[in-house]
Amino acid sequence: MNQTPEVQNPGAEVTPCWSCKGPVAGRALFCSTCGAIQGPGNLDHFTRLGLPRRFAVEQAELDRQYFGFQRRLHPDRFATRSPREKALSQVQATALNEAYNTLKDPLKRAAYLLRLSGRKVDVESAGTIDDPQLLMESMEMREALAEADSVEEVSRHLSEAEANIADSHKDLAAAFAADDLDEAGRLVTRLKYLGKLADEARQRRAKLAAMK
Amino acid sequence: MLLQIHEPGETPLPHADERGLAVGIDLGTTNSVVAIALDGSPAVLRNAEGSGLVPSVVAYSEDGSVVVGKEASKQLLDRPETVVSSVKRLMGRGAGDVKALAGTLPFVLDEAAEGGMVRLKVAGRSLTPVEVSADILRALKAKAEESLDGTVGRAVITVPAYFDDAARSATKDAAKLAGIEVLRLVNEPTAAALAYGLDNAAEGLYAVYDLGGGTFDISLLRMEKGVFQVLATGGDAALGGDDFDHEVAEYFLAERARELGEAQITPDEAKQALMTARLAKECLSSRDSGEWVIEVDGRQSRHVLDRNGFEALIAAEVDRTIELCRNVLEDAGVQPQDVHGVVLVGGSTRVPLVRRRVAEFFGKEPLADINPDEVVAVGAALQAEALTVGSDTLLLDVTPLSLGIETMGGIVEKVIPRNTPIPVAMAQEFTTYQDGQSAMAIHVLQGEREMADQNRSLARFELHGIPPMTAGAARIRVTFAVDADGLLTVSAEETTTGVEQHVAVKPSYGLTDDEMAQMLRDSMEHAREDMETRLLAEARVEARRAVLAVRSALDADQDLLSDDERTAIHAAMNGVEEAVAGVDRDAISAAVEALDGATRSFAERRMDRGIRSALAGVSVDRLENKVEGRD
Repeated sequence: MNQTPEVQNPGAEVTPCWSCKGPVAGRALFCSTCGAIQGPGNLDHFTRLGLPRRFAVEQAELDRQYFGFQRRLHPDRFATRSPREKALSQVQATALNEAYNTLKDPLKRAAYLLRLSGRKVDVESAGTIDDPQLLMESMEMREALAEADSVEEVSRHLSEAEANIADSHKDLAAAFAADDLDEAGRLVTRLKYLGKLADEARQRRAKLAAMK
Repeated sequence: MLLQIHEPGETPLPHADERGLAVGIDLGTTNSVVAIALDGSPAVLRNAEGSGLVPSVVAYSEDGSVVVGKEASKQLLDRPETVVSSVKRLMGRGAGDVKALAGTLPFVLDEAAEGGMVRLKVAGRSLTPVEVSADILRALKAKAEESLDGTVGRAVITVPAYFDDAARSATKDAAKLAGIEVLRLVNEPTAAALAYGLDNAAEGLYAVYDLGGGTFDISLLRMEKGVFQVLATGGDAALGGDDFDHEVAEYFLAERARELGEAQITPDEAKQALMTARLAKECLSSRDSGEWVIEVDGRQSRHVLDRNGFEALIAAEVDRTIELCRNVLEDAGVQPQDVHGVVLVGGSTRVPLVRRRVAEFFGKEPLADINPDEVVAVGAALQAEALTVGSDTLLLDVTPLSLGIETMGGIVEKVIPRNTPIPVAMAQEFTTYQDGQSAMAIHVLQGEREMADQNRSLARFELHGIPPMTAGAARIRVTFAVDADGLLTVSAEETTTGVEQHVAVKPSYGLTDDEMAQMLRDSMEHAREDMETRLLAEARVEARRAVLAVRSALDADQDLLSDDERTAIHAAMNGVEEAVAGVDRDAISAAVEALDGATRSFAERRMDRGIRSALAGVSVDRLENKVEGRD
């Protein structure tokens, strides 16, 4: 995971190019002297994709930036190059994919932003719910799902969960816009549970559909 | 430490021109196709009769000679025990998997064979699927060289998107045995999309429904201004037109048993029935009904089948493909009506029931203005040209199956979920289960099921030397990396103490290094020369890069040098160029080293100046955090 980079004078960080041995700026993709591909460095995902560090990200803009960087850095562009260049392109493309994967998903993006602000968020593992309201809500939803025994009923619960997810995404955008990170953190936890619930509903629907 | 389960970068091969022409190869279950693209226009290589399809059938004779293609198919009837077909179904499979398929495969397995990889008994020999595939590839290479009148050394080879890691490695191994450098393994539906999309300037969401002889893939792609982005992929690596044949053959055999009062089916009868079934399938794709005769040892049986009867026999298989389409759309969060077009690939999509069900599911007629047998090879050829000559198009593919490791209780912890864009690297931390535990067994798995034994086992290895700690205190970081070919590398590290160690990699189904080396010795006539050629080409690529880099540095900073120094550097560059023109690899390395020595002080002065300017606030390099065109 990338650390929060210090605000710095980018020009102050100069490293030798592995190929021509001359100076290269720390964040350059290619050496300005010999054109050789450089390593990915330790950038945050927003900087890597050339986007402002904020929750509001336009999907089209994200795609444009991601495709643009991949066009230049993807291993397919280096198939006839030296082993070192191939390896660097693979690491660069891997870093781009990680950044893209994190930023395109609102939940992952929110969790990542919170982490960059020094808050601990674990999107993957379940953790515990200490918000009583959310605890109540998730128990009720889970119970209702467990009792649903037709495809139609499960589909209804699924649509409900999906609507809740969409609402939470809006709330999340509002929380970040208002710089209310506590609220954002709460919504991230809520979204995590809603996402799991929707997954379970989909699995259950598939199982019920297969039984028909 | 890096523990390599597969060797994506093991032979980082050069791609210079001395490696010969680059072609695209669709190595199919039933047929294979080779194509080449020159200046963006692809062409399928054809035989004298105009056919581009080479049956993926290999006939072995007792004298050791090998025949591939149509000539081999002809021997299926007379000497079936010497002929292998549909070997792709066995790629990367272990003996256990194949037993489960027993009866549906036209193979005689070598039960006595040791090791994980399945072996076939053919004409008194015991062969792995990798060797049989290598024989097919060798024949394709020879045919291509004949028709192109040049050496073919490099290829993009397509694999089913749903091929697992073992099957992908097996394909790469086969190419290595055949003396072909794999530029890239490309997923078949992605190659088809590339060929179709470039030809039609397609934009938007497209589904590629690829039903071949033995495999089924469904991929959902977004095509946009030269970008081919796979959003989700799914399929079944053991479902194809062969299964249609088996359904019909079983129906015929049951009829025959009733008609002739036979209880036992001989292998010859089974082979005959299968061939007749294939004919019936092809016939019923254009006609409403037909009658066929199966004759073995002078005993005839007659079989009538109409379109409805045929469709009833194969309905379950077709339903399964539609179910898989539904899953893929769900994975991508896409509704059928959002899909702009459906591209049909694979000979089995000629079956009318398949077309009808696909049209029903997506709510639109599939695109039929392409040759479903050739489009994959055409896409592979375009990609081969893109990789060697350069291109504006971009293929962004995904992992077809989740990758994970086994944890306590046999439960799988996913490390990389399916449909993750590749290349990718993801890490997961694990911990010890017992106090003082000093080693950890790591079992790498591929698949979607929860329990380890329900997924494909890719490899097992052990991390040793974990210092004694209480249970749960150690932090074992396991990193999975998937390269652009879709091949996996796994590494493990204890992070609290930095212990990095590994031993005992046991590929569950693949060839061991010893087996591979033995095969290379046995079957590749020019193995050593071939390896030497590769190393030489690689040294040349590296040497040319070094010269170009120094030339750029001179252009930028030659004011830092005295005349004498400049002369010395130029002499060293000439030395490299002379060495590159020769064939002595050691001389090339020595010349590159000499150049390195001659420029060392120059490099130091350049760095000093760079750092001084940077400190003075002058950026030595433009910040490239906005995309501004291409190089």
